Amino acid sequence: MSRTYLGEFEELVLLAVALLEQQPTGAYGVSIADELKQRTQRTTSVTGVHVVLYRLEEKGLVGSVLGGATLARGGRRKRLFTLTADGHQVLREMRQLRMGFWEALPTPFFS
Amino acid sequence: MNKPSPNPQGPPRWADRLLSWLTPTELLEELQGDLQEQFAQRLDQVGPRRARWWYGLEALKVIRPYYLRRRLARLAHWQRGFFPKRPATTRPLITPEYSSSPLINPDMIRNYFKIAWRNLWKNKGYSSITILGLAAGMAVAMLISLWIWDELTYDHYHKNHDRLAQVMTTLVRNGGELTTNRFVASPLGNELRANYGSDFENVSMASMIQSRELAAGDKKITAKGMWVEANFPSMLTLNMLKGNINGLEDPSSILLSASVATSLFGDADPLNKVLRIDNQANYTVAGVYEDLPHNTTLNEAKLFIPWGKYVSMVDWVKESMKHWDNKSFQCYVQLNDHVDITKETAKIKLTSMAHLNAASDGQEELVLQPMNNWRLYSEFKNGKVAGGRIQFVNLFAIIGIFVLLLACINFMNLSTARSEKRSKEVGVRKAVGSLKNQLVSQFLSEAMLIAGIAFLFALLFAQLVLPLFNTLSDKQMTLPLGHVFFWIVCVGFTIGTGLLAGSYPAFYLSRFDPLTVLKGTYRVGRFASLPRKVLVVVQFSVSITLVIGTIIVYKQIQFAKNRPVGYNRESLLAVYMTTPDLFGHYDAMRSDLLATNVVENMAESSSPVTSVWSSQIGYSWEGKDPATQPSFGTVSVTQDYGKTIHWQLKEGRDFSKDFNDSNSIILNEAAVKLTGLKNIVGKTIRKDDKNLIVVGVVNDMVMESPYAPVTPTIFLVNPGWVNVIYVSMKAGIPLPDALGKLAKVFEKYNPAAPFDYTFIDEEYAQKFSDEQRIGNLAAFFAALAVFIACLGLLGLASFVAEQRKKEIGLRKVLGASVFSVWNLLSKEFMFLVVFSFLFSVPLSYYFMNNWLQNYEYRTTLSWWVFAGAGIGALMITLATVSFQSIKAAIANPVKSLRTE
Repeated sequence: MSRTYLGEFEELVLLAVALLEQQPTGAYGVSIADELKQRTQRTTSVTGVHVVLYRLEEKGLVGSVLGGATLARGGRRKRLFTLTADGHQVLREMRQLRMGFWEALPTPFFS
Repeated sequence: MNKPSPNPQGPPRWADRLLSWLTPTELLEELQGDLQEQFAQRLDQVGPRRARWWYGLEALKVIRPYYLRRRLARLAHWQRGFFPKRPATTRPLITPEYSSSPLINPDMIRNYFKIAWRNLWKNKGYSSITILGLAAGMAVAMLISLWIWDELTYDHYHKNHDRLAQVMTTLVRNGGELTTNRFVASPLGNELRANYGSDFENVSMASMIQSRELAAGDKKITAKGMWVEANFPSMLTLNMLKGNINGLEDPSSILLSASVATSLFGDADPLNKVLRIDNQANYTVAGVYEDLPHNTTLNEAKLFIPWGKYVSMVDWVKESMKHWDNKSFQCYVQLNDHVDITKETAKIKLTSMAHLNAASDGQEELVLQPMNNWRLYSEFKNGKVAGGRIQFVNLFAIIGIFVLLLACINFMNLSTARSEKRSKEVGVRKAVGSLKNQLVSQFLSEAMLIAGIAFLFALLFAQLVLPLFNTLSDKQMTLPLGHVFFWIVCVGFTIGTGLLAGSYPAFYLSRFDPLTVLKGTYRVGRFASLPRKVLVVVQFSVSITLVIGTIIVYKQIQFAKNRPVGYNRESLLAVYMTTPDLFGHYDAMRSDLLATNVVENMAESSSPVTSVWSSQIGYSWEGKDPATQPSFGTVSVTQDYGKTIHWQLKEGRDFSKDFNDSNSIILNEAAVKLTGLKNIVGKTIRKDDKNLIVVGVVNDMVMESPYAPVTPTIFLVNPGWVNVIYVSMKAGIPLPDALGKLAKVFEKYNPAAPFDYTFIDEEYAQKFSDEQRIGNLAAFFAALAVFIACLGLLGLASFVAEQRKKEIGLRKVLGASVFSVWNLLSKEFMFLVVFSFLFSVPLSYYFMNNWLQNYEYRTTLSWWVFAGAGIGALMITLATVSFQSIKAAIANPVKSLRTE
């Protein structure tokens, strides 16, 4: 089994981390769930997103630090996730894989 | 961490609690923070109600495998301190403390079960022997537990069982010995109420349980019932199906059990119907109660009739209300909550003595016997509780534990015996990094799997055997399959058995050194099979002991059965005189009965020939020691009694109509011995003011327990004091015809009641029922124990045969005979069985000798019982082992030597 095998949801979450870690909110459970909801129009549960994040972390694709307690969180810290070098690598490979497919398709297929 | 104040607008409290409960500790902060942040967002977007709803839903989603596994791992980690602690701020890529510990890793456990399953499947023979043995053991343990539970919860059907008690009387009998019985005088109830009313919530007098003839319209049935006071049904917390539990307040009412109500009135509503009892009086049905279950002491009572009616209607009962010396009744009490029963006994013990004269009536004390003791601690010795059925409960508990142990030993033996085959697997597992604990848990989970399968089989066996077991033990038990508690116990029990049976192989196998095992130099040492042998010896010692015990129980029963009874039990019929119609027609009935041509003789007496209902003191004779006050069983008979039951006259003459026998008495041998008189015929014995002349002596008759010495008994003629009619039938007449003719005569004189008779030989056989039951149960368990032990032996023998396959092949090639190979394989096992026989002889001698001390008329422990059991065990072993060893001995050596 390849280390870089990712499910569809995992891939989306990984992309969301890549997107959000650049922004001031940072990538953590709520922001990722919001982002996914906004983009995919499906309800995403925070607990589900967390499971995926932990799995990605175990696979070494994301790293994390704790920080950023706010009043709305009842003073609790959040775990902010960042992409690791491996994560970058995986995203890049995925993109190339997909691009390869699209380029191989004849142009009038989708225009 | 600041706690959010309980805010109705805040997230639901239960959800937070669920989170803190189920979320892995190290994840709780971030997860809960995220959820609360989201909640705050939603509060603005969709309002508090939806937001709270969402929050709850999110919290529920924590229940998913990932979190649960981490939570469990965390718990396990925390308990074992398996890995060193690490700081939690930044996490390394692999975080052992947060991932599952290998000991409970689900993947590994799945793998253990898979390997276990493959092993079972590969060795079908061994597996089925192990599982069958274990299942048999578990089924026995299950049945015995059920039996014990039934005994321990006897009478618990009554909700007040902790506070109900019966008042018993302890009397001083011949020579200062104390005897305790349940009979009390009828004024006792009112006396207790008047003097100690604050200690008792309820007091009720009651009659014995007696048969009554019930008639409703044309329907006539016989049912047992009790006369009781109005509060008695509520003391027993009867479950009323219809009508009023206090219905007996009206003296012409009656409470019926559902079974009696149905047999009398069918499907019709029995309430307020009228029925006639004993052709004496009419009663209105005031209520119907659910039949008392089989495990209650009073379950025989199928109807309750008002005590008030008894007193007002029956003359001698009315008379007894004034006297303290007529002890023919029972008294039940319900103590108040705060009252201690021991203190209360001390308080009331002299209540009856205050009304009696010690010199003429003898000394007596009252004792409160709590309902919880009725069943298990019912025997009194010298005024103190001296056990009872609790001994059987203990005995069977021990047997159950032993049988289960035997099954576990089988399992251990077979798995250790086969360990050599699996030593390579252990070696490989260790070499690739298995920890010892992992191997332990692997073998334990394997044992657990086997125990689980065995449990399913055991459940099936128990269900199948239960009807037989119920007949053997005279109970009505069912497996409580619908009870959660039962399943919890069963699962716990299975896990316990699995651990017990699997512990030894697990620790034994996991200890192997991988290096020696894999090098192939691993050999079981000389003493490796020692524990196995010890276990076989234990198994067979227990089995042989059980077998010897069973044989001795049967021998004792047979011994008592062979005891000379002193009268003829065959074709002797007894009819209890329960209705007034049967009295006063002695001569007319007798001649009518004799005219039927099927009757040899007929007589009446005051006690049935199978028991002595009355014993009296106050006899004196020439040369009697005035200090003693011996009591004699006293039976009133008609002159034809002796010829009807065929007693054996030793000296003097029988009662006869040719004499005036109103002052004549006949003694049995025991009574003669008690008086110490020689040539007793013709001598005078004084009773109160009457001179009684001894006209004859009869051989001792076994009227009471066949295990006890015969009660000294005096027979006298008093036609007014009779309770039982005897009819002896002519030999060789077909029973149905004869009974039909008898029924006609009885219907003529007793039209209100059905013709209800008992056979004396059946009634006599009843005396053996307790011992017979124990004998049967013991035989059942002993057979199973032997079966389990043999199964184990079969497994071991086949293992040894297989292990030495090559050796046997070589021996045969070099010219060994079938006999010598058989001898080689069987010798070792025979030796073990002889060894265990030597253990079990003193053991069983000790226990059975103790048991026999309970009986005054007892058999001896003959040597042939032990020898027989030993030889039997040897034969069975030989047969079991030979099956395998002969198979190995006649196998073609080419087959075993060809490979390699």
